[in-house]
Amino acid sequence: MAFVEFIKPDINIDFVGKMKLAFSISMAMIIITFASIAWHGGLNYGIDFAGGTLIQVKFNVPFTIDKIREAFQPLGIENSIIQQFGPQEIVVRVGEGTTDLKSLSGKVEEKLNNTFGQNAVEMRRVEMVGPKVGKDLTKKALLAIFFSWIGILIYVGFRFEFRYAAGGILALIHDTIITIGAFSLLNKEFDLTIVAALLTIIGYSINDTVVIFDRIRENARKNIKKPLAETINDSINQTLSRTILTAFTVFLVLLSLFFFGGPVIHDFAFALIVGVIVGAYSTVFIASPFVLVWDKWMPSKFRRKK
Amino acid sequence: MIKSIGIRALIVLAVCLVALFYLTPSVMTDRLPPFWKNNLPADKIHLGLDLQGGMHLVLEVQTDKALEGTIERMANDIKETMMEKKIRFRGIARTQKDSITVEFPDHPAREAFEKILKDNYPDFEPASASQRDGKEIVQIKLKAKRAQDIKKLAMEQGLETIRNRVDQFGITEPEIIPQGEDRIIVQLPGIRDPGRAKNLIGKTALLEFKLLDEEHSLEEAMRGNIPEGSIIAYGTHLDRESGRRTQVPYLVKNKTLMTGASLETAKVSIADRFGEPYVSLKFNAQGAQDFDRITAENVKKRLAIVLDGVIHSAPVIQERISGGNAQITGTFTMDEAKDLAIVLRAGALPAPVTILEERTVGPSLGQDSIDKGIWSTIAGLMLVILFMMIYYKISGLVANLALILNIIIIFGTLAAFRATLTLPGIAGIVLGIGMAVDANILILERIREEIRGGKSPRASVEAGYTKAFLAIFDSNLTTLIAALFLFGFGTGPVKGFAVTLTIGLIANMFTAVFVTRIIYDYFIWNRKIQTISV
Repeated sequence: MAFVEFIKPDINIDFVGKMKLAFSISMAMIIITFASIAWHGGLNYGIDFAGGTLIQVKFNVPFTIDKIREAFQPLGIENSIIQQFGPQEIVVRVGEGTTDLKSLSGKVEEKLNNTFGQNAVEMRRVEMVGPKVGKDLTKKALLAIFFSWIGILIYVGFRFEFRYAAGGILALIHDTIITIGAFSLLNKEFDLTIVAALLTIIGYSINDTVVIFDRIRENARKNIKKPLAETINDSINQTLSRTILTAFTVFLVLLSLFFFGGPVIHDFAFALIVGVIVGAYSTVFIASPFVLVWDKWMPSKFRRKK
Repeated sequence: MIKSIGIRALIVLAVCLVALFYLTPSVMTDRLPPFWKNNLPADKIHLGLDLQGGMHLVLEVQTDKALEGTIERMANDIKETMMEKKIRFRGIARTQKDSITVEFPDHPAREAFEKILKDNYPDFEPASASQRDGKEIVQIKLKAKRAQDIKKLAMEQGLETIRNRVDQFGITEPEIIPQGEDRIIVQLPGIRDPGRAKNLIGKTALLEFKLLDEEHSLEEAMRGNIPEGSIIAYGTHLDRESGRRTQVPYLVKNKTLMTGASLETAKVSIADRFGEPYVSLKFNAQGAQDFDRITAENVKKRLAIVLDGVIHSAPVIQERISGGNAQITGTFTMDEAKDLAIVLRAGALPAPVTILEERTVGPSLGQDSIDKGIWSTIAGLMLVILFMMIYYKISGLVANLALILNIIIIFGTLAAFRATLTLPGIAGIVLGIGMAVDANILILERIREEIRGGKSPRASVEAGYTKAFLAIFDSNLTTLIAALFLFGFGTGPVKGFAVTLTIGLIANMFTAVFVTRIIYDYFIWNRKIQTISV
């Protein structure tokens, strides 16, 4: 019977043998991440975490950023970040949250209409996050990530063995750090939706990892005598086709989100694309081999009996 | 596992029908037959503010200010009581937000004070006492329980007042939800003038009637010699010719004669002369009596109408006014007058509110997001469907069927549970499409392995499902754990995403495993097919 196959069934790559190389590459990426964050003086936090005001304006007339800055001069916000956002739109980010009622957005609209003519602009989106809320949101985001790790650690530890759980979590921390690193390197804005993306990556990556763990568990039961390194390698190879196919279908929908989803979820889709690639890599090269490292270090009782 | 294909098919059919049933109002929009509207759930999928446009506000009621105000009033009350009872004291003032400090010249005065405190003001307790330069200084503190009650009441009243104002502003389906001890979330879908709405919600709207201090000179006060018992407040003056507004200072007496609390109603009227809008007030019975007395006592004096510390007008009281009617004139536009009438009717906020967070999305951006959401969903779906069909042929088709059912169930569940669909929520669905086929990929890869091992189609399917199930179960459950934490800690965009992702994961276990199995079992058991297209 002929199957359409990306990965031949008799594939046998020595993943475990390349462990040291993989660990070095991962270490390098993690070091680059921290170096980049240090270089940029921290992450480029969006207003969700840093507090501030974001105003998205659509122009019905031609405009230049310089002229907008000029219009903003009387408001004292001419030095804020102004970015082009799609063909006829800009996004203005002002550092501090204003809590007064006749807030910034009204004044911005007024000034722009004065400069570019009546009804030249349309206010598309205004987001203001006060410093208090920013702190709350940061705390909640960190807690969400931390507790999801703990939750997964407990579940995987319960369903498999603790060393699997440790390998899985290590892979997750690895994925989270490297995705953050990609954002830091490109100096992209880090906001709430990116945290949602990180949590999704965590969910996806552990999903991927658990499938391989499941196979290792199954193969180990079938053939207790086989060295763990071989069992792990066989399991990764046997599930490789599925790992790549699933990553590919997810990748397809992410491309669709990235290109058709619009600028609001553009960065979100970007984070997921990075995460899915890193997640698939860590599943194969980090999570399972780590179980082996753990085993050499601290052999499981079950295995010592052989 | 239920053996009978018929029963299993019935279950799937039932789930499908229920999902479609809840989806009907969303799809049929206006063509819904009347009997449906009257007897069956007619809720459409609720769109988040980012999709339908609108404003989301997080307000903080400054309950500390309400407490300070109460203490301030109590201090005045105690002062008056002491004067009435002829207790000698050197000074009384609020110190810190919940305590009052009183100074006495000698010990007997202090003892007399402590007696009336015990008899008349049980809410206070002595906090500290000291002697300095022969003076006795006593600090009294409001009991913690009572302070807590005042704050709680301020929050409740604030919530009620804002609810009243929003209701009168005329927005469909506003949501006003208390959060924590002192926060209020206000959601106004489809709002067109966010600035005006913010003004209306956030205005304290404390209306006060005070006498102008005409015995002292304003110029002298402006130079810094403000007479005891008076303050400088500002009003605006509109120059009719130039249309410019200028600030005008007034010297007013501190004492508030009346507040807006005694209003029965307020409405907008139009003045004959300039066609200018003004707000006419009608007092309740007690208010009318008070107003009658105040105007009678102060004929020919000027009465300032102060709103949130700003003087709107200060007309001369020509004669005693007994009908219980008054008016606030000033330099209003029609909208301003309307909004003022609304806030006066709804009552003053017990404490000022500040805006902690605001997210406003214009209606056109919302529509753009819906369009883009639909497009990216369709595009993602098509890509995955196409890929599955090329890679797994007929089995891919079966997986695609499960995928479409999965999407129907997600939307049906959203409608049934009145969950809110947001843009990140759509992203969650799109991502779910990619992950939903994973279960089928796992199963199909297993079936292929079994076929390669030389097993019959029947045995291959059996083994494929059995062996893949544990992996699907464990992997989906771990992802679900992450999704639940997203939901638990998430706010705004994160929550919307978690909702659809969670529903998608649960639906996926049903469609990808249960539903597809029926199809294979039917063809293998009933049709006795010899090969599987996989």
